[in-house]
Amino acid sequence: MNPRRLPVGERFRRFRDRLGAAGTTGAPSGAAPGAASAPGDGPPTAPGATGGSVGGAPTAPGADARTASGGRDGEGRGRRRRGRGGEELAVPPAEFRSYYGRPILKPPVWTWEIAAYLFTGGLAAGSSLLAAGAQLTGRPALRRAGRLTALAGVTASGVLLVMDLGRPERFHHMLRVAKPTSPMSVGTWILTAYGPAAGLAAVAEVAPLLPERGPLGLARRMLPPLGRAAGLAAAGIAPALGTYTAVLLSDTAVPSWHGAYPDLPLVFAGSALASGAGMGLIAVPPTQAGPARRLAVAGAGLELVGAHRVQTRLGLVAEPYRIGRAGRLLRAGRALTVVGVAGALLGARSRVVSAFSGAALLAASVATRFGIFHAGVASARDPRYTVLPQRERLQRRADEQDR
Amino acid sequence: MVDPESRSGSPVAFDPATAAGWVDAPPRMGFFTDTSVCIGCKACEVACKEWNGVPSSGLDLLGMSYDNTGALTANSWRHVAFVEQPRPSGDDDSPGGGSAVASSSGAPVEFLGMPGAAPPGRTGSAHGRSDFRWLMMSDVCKHCTRAGCLDVCPTGALFRTEFGTVVVQEDICNGCGYCVSACPYGVIDRRAGDGRAWKCTLCYDRIGVGMTPACAQACPTESIQYGPLDELRDRAAARVATLHERGVPEARLYGHDPSDGVGGDGAFFLLLDEPEVYGLPPDPQVPTRDLPRMWRRAGVAALAMAAGAVVAFLGGRR
Repeated sequence: MNPRRLPVGERFRRFRDRLGAAGTTGAPSGAAPGAASAPGDGPPTAPGATGGSVGGAPTAPGADARTASGGRDGEGRGRRRRGRGGEELAVPPAEFRSYYGRPILKPPVWTWEIAAYLFTGGLAAGSSLLAAGAQLTGRPALRRAGRLTALAGVTASGVLLVMDLGRPERFHHMLRVAKPTSPMSVGTWILTAYGPAAGLAAVAEVAPLLPERGPLGLARRMLPPLGRAAGLAAAGIAPALGTYTAVLLSDTAVPSWHGAYPDLPLVFAGSALASGAGMGLIAVPPTQAGPARRLAVAGAGLELVGAHRVQTRLGLVAEPYRIGRAGRLLRAGRALTVVGVAGALLGARSRVVSAFSGAALLAASVATRFGIFHAGVASARDPRYTVLPQRERLQRRADEQDR
Repeated sequence: MVDPESRSGSPVAFDPATAAGWVDAPPRMGFFTDTSVCIGCKACEVACKEWNGVPSSGLDLLGMSYDNTGALTANSWRHVAFVEQPRPSGDDDSPGGGSAVASSSGAPVEFLGMPGAAPPGRTGSAHGRSDFRWLMMSDVCKHCTRAGCLDVCPTGALFRTEFGTVVVQEDICNGCGYCVSACPYGVIDRRAGDGRAWKCTLCYDRIGVGMTPACAQACPTESIQYGPLDELRDRAAARVATLHERGVPEARLYGHDPSDGVGGDGAFFLLLDEPEVYGLPPDPQVPTRDLPRMWRRAGVAALAMAAGAVVAFLGGRR
């Protein structure tokens, strides 16, 4: 059986229990066979023929009707009221119809690996920029930390991406084509260009450990200039690596990802910078971490502005970013970002406080990425977010034509 | 990039096969599924599984009328939807219908029970008969003119055939799952245990040798009609006109319009209610429609990212 199939049986049982509670039958509420004969036992239904004209208008919602106030939505609403942000529910609960409340879209088959990749890819991108800046301004410790983090990040990214494939052994099929209409194909080529550059830059850091004579001595002399070139190349590609993932998510039918396309790249760019800066704060003594601190401020600013716009400007499809697991993760991400930036600025003299702030920024980036990932999955699972915005769009178009 | 919308006004219809590079492509083929004559026999589901060797999805009783398939999945390339609807008929409003339960929207919901041998609503006395209708619809991949799955496939496993249909090459697909999220209809799906994406091929192997796809061949009421898309569109328009004449004003076409968000479907439908009642999106749009704008926004963000780094290093002494 398909493990992703929704528990419709549960839905049906609830429906039957509701019938029992309404006193339709004398059947015990737990007995399925009793419910089977229920319609015959009671008086007939008189579909109240409310409002809707019988002619051209669609019939009253039947057993397939679901409203925002029904069933599982109660939980979400309760949580929204309790929400700390105190944000008002922007969209009133609206009625819509669906096929037994089943999702119209397929929820993404991607699992945690993709959410984790959003973080590791961003971390690599942010670190490469930090390393290149350190390289150009003569800060060897910061450069080393940035280059090594970038290599670790891009390696983890590759592993995570291949792990998430349905057929991991066919990962190289990605290299068959270059398709600008597929952000995943574009991303494949970005990673293909970035990976070796970041790798070479990181390997160049071992040069001082090599012997001065022999073939390894040659490598010792050759590596630093190669590493400098590779580091700059990696930094040149890094902004693309850090932001294309936003397009990767937006270029889907998933309502909350697609709707967020104007602002998601900003969130991802900010999150990438902040996580790179966080790593710098951990790795480098506070006296040399000035650029990392400023980078943290810049990244956090971009991220918070972008996230705020995502959560407030999208209407109904912003809701998944505020409620449930995604809402909790994004709130945690925001709080950790604020803590991290405050710690980085106020604790600039303390190694411990700086490292702690760096860790908070890294955790913030993880929370934000997973929050955005889960919000999209939640929006695809609920037909509400598919039907209502599309109905609104149809209505708008009809209104325009009338005018 | 070819934009079919810009051509929708032109007399020559946009042909996706030609746009994909086929020379002298045969006419675009498709399905017209007329749900007004569907009897819910599921012969299409069975024929599809038989011909295409689609694995079973196991016994899963869903409690959704006679529908135990649930949705189009990697293992169900045709899906017959069953909708049971009470119809508000003006003269029949006997007060306080006992078996009607006010749903949260205030509209009465009639419980028809588990499927039995007798037609629902006829199990009691004559007085107990209710006025309801049963909608059945055989859903299938829409083979969009602008197909999201095809656009985003990073391996080239999905391709446009000379018949204008969209097919997955199983020896290329590496199961990245991008097509699953990109389909505005929720059709294509990754098969658990297999790891690759699967969907209707419009029986590419059969139509290539002039045969009819298995589901259309098996359909006993010609609810599923296969043929050149232009011909099917004419036939569908005539059918809707006939139904309107006969007093079925709710009959409407879905997916027939080349100017809609996916450039029109290769497999379109005649429906008797709103699309969402059948589990179809009311106004689907191909996600790549906004892609140029997305890349622009990402470019701006990338510049902001680079600028942030520059400022971080130039902005202070230490």
